[in-house]
Amino acid sequence: MLKSKTFPSLVGILLLLALLPFGVSGYILGLLTLGYYTAVFAMSWDLLFGFAGEVNFGPSFLIGVGAYTAGLLNHYYTWPIWACVISGGAMSIIAGLLLAVPALRLKGPYFGLVTLVAVLMLQNFIVLFAGITGGEIGLDLPDVLAVDDGSNYWIALAFMGVSGLILFGLSRSAVGLILQASGQDAVQAGALGFNVTKHKLAAFCISALFSGLSGAMLIFYEGTVSVGTVVDIAVGVQVIIAAVLGGRRTILGAALGAVFLIGMGEMLRPLGEASTFVVSAIALVTIMFVPGGFLGALLHGEKR
Amino acid sequence: MTNLLEVTGLTKRFGGLVAVKDMHLTIQGGEILGLIGPNGSGKSTVMKLIMGIERPNAGSVKIDGEEVAGLPSHQIARKGVGIVFQHSRPLHRQTVLENIKLALLPDSLLQLFAAAHVEERAHEIARRVRLDHVVNRLPGTLPFADLRRLELARAIARNPKVVLVDEPFAGLTAPEVADFSNLIASFREEGHAVLLVDHNVKGVANLSDRILAMYLGEFITQGSAEDVMRNETVRRVYLGGAIGHAARPEAPEVRDELLRVENVSVFYGKAQALDDVSLHVGKGEFVSVVGLNGAGKTTLFNAISALVPSTGVVAFDGADLDGKTAGQIARGGIVQCPESRELFGEMSVRENLDLGGHHLPTEEAHQRLEWLLDLFPILKTRAGQDARTLSGGEQQMLTIARALMMKPRLLILDEPTLGLAPVILEQLSKALETLRQTTDITVLLGEQNVTFALPHADRVYVLEHGRFVWEGPPDRFATEAGAQFL
Repeated sequence: MLKSKTFPSLVGILLLLALLPFGVSGYILGLLTLGYYTAVFAMSWDLLFGFAGEVNFGPSFLIGVGAYTAGLLNHYYTWPIWACVISGGAMSIIAGLLLAVPALRLKGPYFGLVTLVAVLMLQNFIVLFAGITGGEIGLDLPDVLAVDDGSNYWIALAFMGVSGLILFGLSRSAVGLILQASGQDAVQAGALGFNVTKHKLAAFCISALFSGLSGAMLIFYEGTVSVGTVVDIAVGVQVIIAAVLGGRRTILGAALGAVFLIGMGEMLRPLGEASTFVVSAIALVTIMFVPGGFLGALLHGEKR
Repeated sequence: MTNLLEVTGLTKRFGGLVAVKDMHLTIQGGEILGLIGPNGSGKSTVMKLIMGIERPNAGSVKIDGEEVAGLPSHQIARKGVGIVFQHSRPLHRQTVLENIKLALLPDSLLQLFAAAHVEERAHEIARRVRLDHVVNRLPGTLPFADLRRLELARAIARNPKVVLVDEPFAGLTAPEVADFSNLIASFREEGHAVLLVDHNVKGVANLSDRILAMYLGEFITQGSAEDVMRNETVRRVYLGGAIGHAARPEAPEVRDELLRVENVSVFYGKAQALDDVSLHVGKGEFVSVVGLNGAGKTTLFNAISALVPSTGVVAFDGADLDGKTAGQIARGGIVQCPESRELFGEMSVRENLDLGGHHLPTEEAHQRLEWLLDLFPILKTRAGQDARTLSGGEQQMLTIARALMMKPRLLILDEPTLGLAPVILEQLSKALETLRQTTDITVLLGEQNVTFALPHADRVYVLEHGRFVWEGPPDRFATEAGAQFL
């Protein structure tokens, strides 16, 4: 079990990570920056899957809506970055609600299918209105978060730290407990007096908010918004693998998995096409033999 | 005294099946009502309707005078109803105390931290159900009875006016039963209304102030345990009017052994479902295993078919089945018709039968089909219909016919009469008798309906709490074992 010592040690780890720019190259900092944003995607996803028990096959729908909302506002109306990012998060919640309210009425695998179809629709929509959205090529953004690697790294780390503490804290709170009960046994949770739909919807909104915010932050780091980096199915798959690899129902494991996945992808880049295969194989073996993920194996010795 | 729970005209239909029909019952504060009925009679549905897990089609449910029928279950819970499920599914990563605290939390998205009194109250409840020595353990490490206590603790956490308990004593040992009885009796002392749901009078007689019997979704009678046991309809439902039997005149004295089960035990987690059971079935013999729901019939059959892990020996036609998979055993000739029927609902009757005869040569499959349609003429007229649109009785016949298409050497029938009306039972009974008289098939039948199980049987076993308590020919059953079945 995670005890109250977790919070101080987490803050300690974050402080250590904050010292990295004084010692490592800009290349590694850039990699970690990307890893931290992906970490927020994965943690948001784990809140929905690990706690509310709903499998969202389309995390990149929520990420993409946030990113493109922010991107379009910046490109066409030159809104300041902070306003674009907040609008992106808000729009993610709205789009998420439009999707989740009808979808949560469905049982079994249908919720997952709806989320998958939503990604494809968003992708088609962006390509269809290429005149406005930039289509496959994407949009250049006039503004970027920062120009030097160190500042970009610190912004990403701070964002991940704050998001992670909120998501983790939520999962350990009274609300998280109810959410877990709703995910595991909706009938029993209802009989204990909990409105299961309300709690799942709330989880979906929180997941959407952080996915959207992180998607918007990411594009201002990269200076461009494109389908390939924030909407494509492959982006979503990577988020899911990261969360499961790191350890579902742990929130923190998802962050670990995301950084690992981004790092591995880069380390194996010399292998060319084969690198994707190797990363996928590692993910597959982990999921099959250590279903609890890295953190699950570490904390519980869990076998399921 | 006011009625804390008042149910009138309650009706629930699932498709064409009427599960509960115009049901009525009342419970006062400080009263325990036992609701009994055989498997499939609709008593669990009544409980789910009160809790709001299922929505009634018609009728009224009043909690302390307030109408709640049709509300979602979380609202009904807040109006003052608590339920103790038969199977507990606690949160496994949280301690016992946290599991109890969960039940005390408000249904709020904003309250991130439990209020101060919650901790204290959770300890109080734990003490009350005697979990205080294990509050910091994880549920997975607890024995079965303690898991039931945890379930009880969560149900009473909100101090509900009405407490529903599903099969309060299932899987408990005698001292645990006494302990739980005291706990439930203490709810009565505090003025709660308690509904106990169980299969037979015996299970709840000691604790209940009043007993209500139902069958096929309908109210039969209510009164004291003695009154209910004396009721004609109740006797007929549980015992049958007169227990008949018809031994085959040509039955040989000694048969070659086909199936031998020796010292088989099965555990589900911590609950022992089968305790050192031995049985044998001869070639061409028709053996019935009778026992109430939960006695272990299905578990026994699943152990034979290797659908659940078991210890002991199962031998078929002289060969030990140890290490064989369920698929290998089925191909070897043991075909089981499960209680849940497991038909392919979206396929037609004919397609279901064809699938059963899939491995036979075309010519043989055809002949077998003809023979089966003669045995169950109703299936001929329904051949093109989807299996799910059949009535319960027709579905049961199709299940048996499909199993027979597989040319079983041993046919296992698990509660074929579940939820069927008496008139259907007669048809099914006739078909089985024809089967028995005209073929040399070997059948192992599991039943709680004694009237149905006895007439066809060459030999009868009585299963109780996972053990055989009686074995003998059907003509001795009524005098030697019949009394157990009320």
